[in-house]
Amino acid sequence: MKKLTKAIVLGALFLGACFTPLLSDAAEEFPVAPPPMTEGMFPCRNCHGSMEVNRKKRELKEEHTQIKLHHAEAMRWCLDCHDARDRDKLRLYNGELINFTESYRLCGECHGPQYKDWQAGIHGKRTGYFMGSGKRTYFLCAHCHDPHEPKFKPLKPEPPPTKPKEP
Amino acid sequence: MQNKRYTRREFIRNLSLTTVAGLSLPLLSSCTKEETEDFLQKHFREMTSDEKKRVIAKLEERYQQKYGRKFQISTQEAVPDTLWAYGLELSRCIGCRRCVYACVKENNQSRHDPQLQWIRVLRLKRGNLINLEDSEHYYDPDLVPEKGFVYMPVQCQQCQEPPCVKVCPVHATWQEPDGIVVVDYNWCIGCRYCIAACPYKGRVFNWAEPNTPREEINPSVHYLGNRPRMKCAVEKCTFCIQRVRQGRYPACVEACPTGTRKFGNLLDPNSEMRYIIDRKRVFRLKEDLGTEPKFYYFFEA
Repeated sequence: MKKLTKAIVLGALFLGACFTPLLSDAAEEFPVAPPPMTEGMFPCRNCHGSMEVNRKKRELKEEHTQIKLHHAEAMRWCLDCHDARDRDKLRLYNGELINFTESYRLCGECHGPQYKDWQAGIHGKRTGYFMGSGKRTYFLCAHCHDPHEPKFKPLKPEPPPTKPKEP
Repeated sequence: MQNKRYTRREFIRNLSLTTVAGLSLPLLSSCTKEETEDFLQKHFREMTSDEKKRVIAKLEERYQQKYGRKFQISTQEAVPDTLWAYGLELSRCIGCRRCVYACVKENNQSRHDPQLQWIRVLRLKRGNLINLEDSEHYYDPDLVPEKGFVYMPVQCQQCQEPPCVKVCPVHATWQEPDGIVVVDYNWCIGCRYCIAACPYKGRVFNWAEPNTPREEINPSVHYLGNRPRMKCAVEKCTFCIQRVRQGRYPACVEACPTGTRKFGNLLDPNSEMRYIIDRKRVFRLKEDLGTEPKFYYFFEA
């Protein structure tokens, strides 16, 4: 009997040791830069906390008027990504609520190949240290693609090199 | 009289001694002590660690005087089991030249007269990618990307069989164990054979004393990388040797706003570069020349 208890305890410890790194990894695998929020907007519950939820798709005339939805807008609406009850969270298909720092999981639900490449550090950008003990930072999808209007905006190029003088 | 006559051997010895003394006297007397020291400085790879320390101390003092900043000059050697390689996704580059200027800033290049840049962004007509003769690198529109064009940044390709190293008559440039081709600026004689040999235009020359503004100097440098150079030295991209040997991404990788630029260790199966080579369509520039570049251009597969 004593032996059995010992075996169970040891087994539990072993399993725990196996799975703990997996669990903690999930949280630490993608250290991201702070999500790009419009200043003064977050937390959303400051306004939405006391508002009644209106699920109807409509044109927003009073607030969020600067948001132009160009992201498969014909079949999409705010509440497809933002949770209706807790506006400080995003909502996955399966109903799981996630923070804005984990928004890549939401983007990855449709953009699978890009998500896979992003995890490997190929799509998008990472900065800092790639080796050793230094910190590495992932850019979120939303840092480069405005989620409401994801197309990358054109930039002004830096000046060209000076042409060599004619002799 | 008879025993005072010079033998032929003595005559030749005296003549050659006189010649050497006569030649070196004006050379050494016209030099300052500093210049003489520089002239007699050994090749970097032949220095003992004591000699290296002395040279570093000398340089730190000199840079302090010239730029008014405390410099950190590293001589860090290659990290074991590393072979660095670069990846550049052509379908993403928008030609904004952010990388060019981040590189100039990080690596203390001369800003003007001469203006030296280690990255050249080529603009090519869409569908005409490999025809480099028709490329343009002075393009200057209001906004990029432009319709109908693709952009292809070119810099030192860190060839595994570097023609520039082969032609250097004084071994002032060589390949480090981690694959980076470096230059000992003090040993370089400025003959520019390497510039002629490089098929990628990866090297540039200090035709005059470089102009790097004091307030923009980057004081964290590597002896074989971004330390301030002098007139008549050849320089080139070193994959930011001062950063990557500490495990940091090169400056151009961090500056790119579209995430076009990738960097990693070819010997590490989990590195970004191995992921790219395994899964994407990659090519290397002018592969037919047999230079074996470690710079991989790739596409969305």
